[in-house]
Amino acid sequence: MPRPPRTGGKRPLRRRKLPPGAKRPVRRPIRKKKPLKMPSSPWEGPLPEALRGRFGDSIREATLLGGQKLVVADLAAAAGILQFLKDDRGFDYLVDVTAVHWPKREGETFDLVWILYSFATNERVRLKAALLEGAKAPTATGLYQSANWLEREVYDMFGIEFDGHPDLRRILMPDEWDGFPLRKEYGIVQQDVDWVRENLKIESAQ
Amino acid sequence: MAATTLAPPPAEDATLLDSNEMVLNMGPQHPSTHGVLRVILKLDGETVLGTDCVIGYLHRGVEKIAENRTYQQFAPYVDRMDYVAAVSNGLGYCMAIEQLLGVEIPSRAQCVRVILAELNRIASHLLWLGTHALDIGAITPVFLCFREREQVLNIFEKYCGARLTTHAFRIGGLQYETYDTFERDCLALCDLMEEKVQEYHSLLTGNRIWVRRTKGVGVLSAEDCKDYGVTGPLLRAAGEAWDLRKVRPYCGYEKYDFEVPTAESGDTFDRYIVRMKEMEQSCRIIRQAVETLPAGPIKGKVGKVIKPPPGEAYVSIEAPKGELGYYVVSDGSLKPYRLRVRPPSFVNLGALDKMCRGSLVADVVAIIGTIDIVLGEVDR
Amino acid sequence: MLEQLLDIPYVQPLVLTAAIVLVFPLVAGYIVLAERKVLADLQVRLGPMRVGPYGVLQPLADALKLMLKEDIIPSRADKWIFWLAPVLSTFTALSAFAVLPLSDRLYVADVNIGILFILAMSSIGALGLILGGWSANSKYSLMGSLRAAAQMVSYEVPLGFATVTAIMCAGTLSMQGVIRSQLERGVWGAFDNFGLMLIPTALFIIAGTAETNRAPFDLPEAESELVAGFHTEYSGFRWALFFLAEYAAIVVISSLCVTLFFGGWLRPFPNVAALEIPVNFGFPAALFALMAFGCLKGVPKQPIAGFKILMALIAGAFLLVAGAFVVPAVNELVIGLFWFCFKLAAMVYLFIWYRGTFPRFRYDQLMDVGWKWLIPISMAGLILNGVVQLLARG
Repeated sequence: MPRPPRTGGKRPLRRRKLPPGAKRPVRRPIRKKKPLKMPSSPWEGPLPEALRGRFGDSIREATLLGGQKLVVADLAAAAGILQFLKDDRGFDYLVDVTAVHWPKREGETFDLVWILYSFATNERVRLKAALLEGAKAPTATGLYQSANWLEREVYDMFGIEFDGHPDLRRILMPDEWDGFPLRKEYGIVQQDVDWVRENLKIESAQ
Repeated sequence: MAATTLAPPPAEDATLLDSNEMVLNMGPQHPSTHGVLRVILKLDGETVLGTDCVIGYLHRGVEKIAENRTYQQFAPYVDRMDYVAAVSNGLGYCMAIEQLLGVEIPSRAQCVRVILAELNRIASHLLWLGTHALDIGAITPVFLCFREREQVLNIFEKYCGARLTTHAFRIGGLQYETYDTFERDCLALCDLMEEKVQEYHSLLTGNRIWVRRTKGVGVLSAEDCKDYGVTGPLLRAAGEAWDLRKVRPYCGYEKYDFEVPTAESGDTFDRYIVRMKEMEQSCRIIRQAVETLPAGPIKGKVGKVIKPPPGEAYVSIEAPKGELGYYVVSDGSLKPYRLRVRPPSFVNLGALDKMCRGSLVADVVAIIGTIDIVLGEVDR
Repeated sequence: MLEQLLDIPYVQPLVLTAAIVLVFPLVAGYIVLAERKVLADLQVRLGPMRVGPYGVLQPLADALKLMLKEDIIPSRADKWIFWLAPVLSTFTALSAFAVLPLSDRLYVADVNIGILFILAMSSIGALGLILGGWSANSKYSLMGSLRAAAQMVSYEVPLGFATVTAIMCAGTLSMQGVIRSQLERGVWGAFDNFGLMLIPTALFIIAGTAETNRAPFDLPEAESELVAGFHTEYSGFRWALFFLAEYAAIVVISSLCVTLFFGGWLRPFPNVAALEIPVNFGFPAALFALMAFGCLKGVPKQPIAGFKILMALIAGAFLLVAGAFVVPAVNELVIGLFWFCFKLAAMVYLFIWYRGTFPRFRYDQLMDVGWKWLIPISMAGLILNGVVQLLARG
């Protein structure tokens, strides 16, 4: 017999009986904690100044977030900034390329993130640029070979296309895969339900 | 896991492939692709003209899982990426979340973390050495290496009950205090390893076939390494003394006296030498850490509910295979909004084509071995 | 009665042939077991321990498994050649046994071109590998068989030169003749010509390893590269035939080496009469007694009564053999066979030792070693030995 579906809702609170004469302890009111913030401060120094001087208002923000160097820039300037950082500032190692999906944000719903490192100065910089849904991102494959697979993975997971990438194919998911798994609207349960329905011809228990 | 650009052309288009050329599919079921790596080789006789890696057979969507678990719930999952060096994975993850939270870790916890991470480096390198030698046809070292690795795993088992996917650390410090004979076991292991590394040297280093099979094979210069983002022993073998434990110390690595072994030519033999020396250096670090192990608490001030403030952090550590990074974005909720793993194996594997071109089929096997990939980490 | 029966023409050869064909698969099985045990010992593990005490029944279990396995022929294979290849390999390898001098009176045939016959058979055996790899229609097999072809061609040359040097020394192509000539000269082939014959001996062992596709020259089957090389697509009984052929080839090449360079069925120092008693009687009896003692020690460790009995039986058998060697009449009959098998076992052990020690050569390095080193050295060895022999013997 199928079990009746579990109903939601809270169980009624049952108070423990106290021995006679004992006093029920007074519960202290829960203090609402102040929302924490990561320590952040504007990033001053030659590098952000040089970036501002060269790219002007395209540099939206240069901060030290928890001590880590972060540059937020316009997407249009991203390719130029990468080129500048590599050629003029010696950031010769592209650590990572990744993206973050913000579907609830107005306008640009993706953040592209490049993490760069300089062997000469032992400096790590994170470059962030916002991206509109469906817009094409500039590729870094011309500057760094490591961008090849990393950008393929971003394409595979988010569906962000990189303009000028020599070999933009899915890398981890099968070719015929539907959808882009790391987007927020990608339903993992729905994926299972569909697969079970199609391949096992039954309804999934998920 | 995309269709290959090197795939044989359809029949009517047969002119594309030269009559001397052959496409050989290696893996995902192959004795020496270290799991489920699939490499499609374009060959002229036995010479490799090009390669194409097909990966993703072990893709489990770790980054998506992270978005659906709380910070603590996700911690055991990271052990399943580089399952050969689970402690390092856990260390990187915990450090990334601690960076978001901005908590201080007690020095005892730091010290134990260093000891376990270095033990894990030894275990990882031992497994690499055994399988790499097996790939090149020396069938004996693998058993010797596993014999010593067993000792390392025994320490893990005594410490936290698990041998492979240890989940040894918790966000904010450690879950468990060390067991009674922990220090003695670690020192005994160091003694054992220093002796056994010499035994491996006597088995392989002087062997002329071994030297001929590895010298000049899969050369990657320091510039190429940087270009391809290749880190870890591969970069150090090319002459760049770059180790995150030295250049951006974490967990108190700056307190320990150790060297970053390097080599010059960046070939397979040099990587072998570098990893052998790294095992010795790890022993050195463990000795110092055990001797200076301070007393005190093992967990920092972290609440039971982990709720980092909105923000983001990128933290990377020197895993046995290279730079292992975690990029975490928090929206102030109980779950990571986005968690990106920067796996060293994945990025290092990207240079496979560069290393393989022009070499022979037998070299491809040696090169796959020398990169030291773990497919759980490549595919995540 | 037995003597009379054996004197009838063709009776002894036929009986011996039947015995070799029937018994050799079992012997090969036990060589495999010995290989697994020796490798296990090199690799700090135990090896087969489950089937019978200390795994002594493992070969039987393996044989049963291989015979019961499904026989698969790939759908796109060339079926006739796929069928023919293992047969050809096994046939040629076993044919070579015909001229092996197992002892002074135990052999199928003593033909005057015995050595040539063995070399010819082992060359045809390579054809089995090539056909097997080619017919399977698999790329791995094809590469394995191409490697086999190139390797066999390259390494037959130094093997041939080393053999020729030994023949030159002995002055005959007959296997029995080679051994008799060593008896006459009073020294094993390997140490003749003031020790210069050690050069062809070493080359013969190296080239022989390559000829039998054993590590470090096991490129045709290179497990970590070509999965299983030429026999990737073979399974079950056909695969077992290839396996049989491989071990038969090892035995044949080792026998040839023992015959040419290590005195065949001669005991060590065959011309020193004083050593007759300790070497011919004492050594084998002590060896088998020691083995019996070892087995006896293992008896109480066995968990099952059946295993205990089996171990005790084996120990008893060894003791019996040890006793037999002390009886002069029996000793005279079997001592040649004992020395031949003993030297053969030492050679096979050497092959196994190689496998546990060396990494595998790469294809180009293999060719390099063959053509740039072995062939010139073997030619130089031939000339050097020829000159020395001419000067020394007039």
